[in-house]
Amino acid sequence: MKSNTRNLYLIPYVLWILLFVVAPILLILYYSFFDIEGQFTLGNYKKFFTPVYLRMTLSSFWYAFLITAFSLIIAYPTAYLLTKTKHKQLWLLLIILPTWINLLLKAYAFLGIFGTFGFANSFLELIGIGRKQLLFTDFSFVFVSVYIFIPFMVLPIYNALEKLNPSLVDAARDLGASWWTTFRRVVFPLTLDGVKSGCQAVFIPALSLFMITRLIAGNRVITLGTAIEQHFLVTQDWGMGSTIAVFLIIAMAIIMVATGNRK
Amino acid sequence: MKKLVQMFAAVFAVAMALLYLASHLNTTQGYSGDNTLTIYNWGDYIDPELIKKFEKETGIKVIYQTFDSNEAMMTKIAQGGTTFDVAVPSEYAINKMIEEDLLIPLDHSKLPNLKYINPRFLDLSFDPKNKYSIPYFWGTVGIVYNPEMLGGKKITSWNDLWDKDLRNQILLVDGAREVIGMGLNSLHYSLNDTNKAHLQEAKRKLGALTPNIKAIVGDEIKMLIANEEAAVGVVWSGDAAEIMSENEKLDYVVPKEGSNLWFDNMVIPKTAKNIEGAHKFINFMLDPKHAAQNAEYVGYSTPNQKALDYLPKEIANDKRFYPDLDSAQNLEVYENLGKRMLAYYNELFLEFKMHKK
Amino acid sequence: MKRKTKWANIYLIVVFIILYTPIFYLMYYSFNSGGTMHHFEGFTLEWYEEVFHDTRLFIIVLNTLVISLLSAAISTILGIFGALAIYYVKKRQMKNMLLTLNNVLIVSPDVIIGASFLILFTIVGIKLGFTSVLLSHIAFSVPIVVIMVLPKLQEMSPTLIDAARDLGASPWNVLTKVILPYITPGIFAGFFMALTYSLDDFAVTFFVTGNGFSTLSVEIYSRARQGISLSINALSTLIFLFTIILVIGYYFINQRSSRPGGLGGRK
Repeated sequence: MKSNTRNLYLIPYVLWILLFVVAPILLILYYSFFDIEGQFTLGNYKKFFTPVYLRMTLSSFWYAFLITAFSLIIAYPTAYLLTKTKHKQLWLLLIILPTWINLLLKAYAFLGIFGTFGFANSFLELIGIGRKQLLFTDFSFVFVSVYIFIPFMVLPIYNALEKLNPSLVDAARDLGASWWTTFRRVVFPLTLDGVKSGCQAVFIPALSLFMITRLIAGNRVITLGTAIEQHFLVTQDWGMGSTIAVFLIIAMAIIMVATGNRK
Repeated sequence: MKKLVQMFAAVFAVAMALLYLASHLNTTQGYSGDNTLTIYNWGDYIDPELIKKFEKETGIKVIYQTFDSNEAMMTKIAQGGTTFDVAVPSEYAINKMIEEDLLIPLDHSKLPNLKYINPRFLDLSFDPKNKYSIPYFWGTVGIVYNPEMLGGKKITSWNDLWDKDLRNQILLVDGAREVIGMGLNSLHYSLNDTNKAHLQEAKRKLGALTPNIKAIVGDEIKMLIANEEAAVGVVWSGDAAEIMSENEKLDYVVPKEGSNLWFDNMVIPKTAKNIEGAHKFINFMLDPKHAAQNAEYVGYSTPNQKALDYLPKEIANDKRFYPDLDSAQNLEVYENLGKRMLAYYNELFLEFKMHKK
Repeated sequence: MKRKTKWANIYLIVVFIILYTPIFYLMYYSFNSGGTMHHFEGFTLEWYEEVFHDTRLFIIVLNTLVISLLSAAISTILGIFGALAIYYVKKRQMKNMLLTLNNVLIVSPDVIIGASFLILFTIVGIKLGFTSVLLSHIAFSVPIVVIMVLPKLQEMSPTLIDAARDLGASPWNVLTKVILPYITPGIFAGFFMALTYSLDDFAVTFFVTGNGFSTLSVEIYSRARQGISLSINALSTLIFLFTIILVIGYYFINQRSSRPGGLGGRK
């Protein structure tokens, strides 16, 4: 009886995996062994281990880490405070709503806001710091990326906090634990699953960001995603693009296993 | 559970209603009939009035679809599965498409208006005898700059960009051949140079330019320069014309060391179904009055000699956008350098981008 | 205690201001007669007029809505199956493998997904257009639904199911009476995320669309070459206001019928 139900759930899902995940992976793997002229080669893999691509990989991971860290720092208190508000579900919806406006349009808005004569600079001048170059800097890149990913971090953490049994917190407080201790020993560990899935939902896509690397960072930041996009669309070197993608998928698998549940 | 079922039912119902509305509109507007012509072009690269006029004159319903890069367009056409009757690729893409057998030869007898095109723009190396393509717009690569922000300084050459005063003032367009070509030109090498020593030299020289470069961007470059976000931009002439119409302080120059001469041409891809209509459309666009109207709307330079008569004098006589091509010997058309060489250009460009300040 | 709530409110307000600044920026300039997204020249409604006269744009908006609603709903259903499947798999290795495969589409850059789907569809012989776009949107939304639903399943105590079984509930009853109600918040979260992914996607849609079918993001991106017209701003403003009214309306109607629900509710 039990095994019967399990099989039924697996059927549509495995079908989806075979068609839209396994088949594309095989295609990518296949392409990664061909050079730009369609000859079989291992050269793409050799090329990946040259300083240019290794440096790119390193910087991608560094930026993805920064973006995830800042998203978490901002999203956790947001999610926490949201659970304390009166119309919490409404506010949560309002956190997601901005993501429905086209990303390119929002990027253009940021170009205006961060520009030399933009709103952000007027504000800096007002508070006495003076005009700064904001656009095309690491700061603006991380800022806009965090902006994009915030809802994806808030949502799972919010859900984890919601299921938290408030009596546990009360009990800890009654036993004399300070606010900080309660948070560190009770709240945070119990919402760790939410934090984990939030980090996965941010870190992994952050590795392959493109578009805003050009729009907001002015190609000063090159991520693995940018390189893949270039190889597929500009150079038309699908082999090299696929090779980078293969490494990206491997990296993702490692991250998943490392942060996976140990139950 | 009840709530879940309710929600999904509501979502499906709404989606079906919208789907019905969309397909109803599609049929009443004629977008799904038989007598249609699908044009695959860059976004906003044609005067919509001309499409309406063409529809009225011929009774053919036009479906206008857009792409944002030659490579993406080629991928779509090569894979098939969809109809495109007319496309407007750039010259190097046409060369590639001919090689890969993606184009249908044109029937010149159905294009009587071809005679209005300036012979200077016909029979070029990327498409001998214009067997597959007809010029749509053309232009150069050059420098647009803001003399006011540079304290009245004039820019006339690529080498002027290496000036120490231009620190953090230059925006470059995101194109490997444009940027590497700029390095090559500044060293008086050909834009189509395949000598790796020369290319490495160009890369080193470009590396020295990094402190002056603010960013390497795409189409946003127009908005940024018009907005005085940076004083200097390396752009295509069509973009320059557009920027200058927005900000009159700006000037455009084709550097004296030489530069690139580019074309966007109309072609009929292998995916075409309405080949007759495609010829009609190409001929319609070759009509001098239509070409002039289109050039005024888009702001790029028209290759149609006769159309110049219909353009306002200040546009037709602007030497920056209609340079005297016989005296401008050092303008080069990009040649197809082969996949390997092109990959090498891109590799250098990637290294240039990753060059830290 | 009072002071703490004050700081909490300020924090939330700042977060909301930052989230909404670019959107208000876009809305503000949709009234600019100057035609660009800088230097506000004067107030005008001409961009809104343009939107209302553009039937093609209207069809595109409809297409976008149909695709995102359908793909979100179908991928949510598939995603629930996926999460249940992963949940019921007992072997850890198998579980990890499924999870990793699940996430491949989240990590793969859109361009690769788009290009490989395009090849896939042409091999299978699916005509490019509505169907191919819908299928791809479903395909790339499934993993995010699984990610949203799975934690809810895992937190559910297994004794709950065992208890239900002991009381003689059939597998179908266990599913509809015990599991689904418990994971409803996760399902809603997944649905909304899928909707978000679908509305935002450009690269995948670009590759797999054809035969005159287009969505809003594709249209906006292809217009970027000539600078985005403010009528797109006007359109976004309208859509945004419409959605906000819908969301708030939905919330309060739900509120009045006094059944707490929506995204994160516990019951």
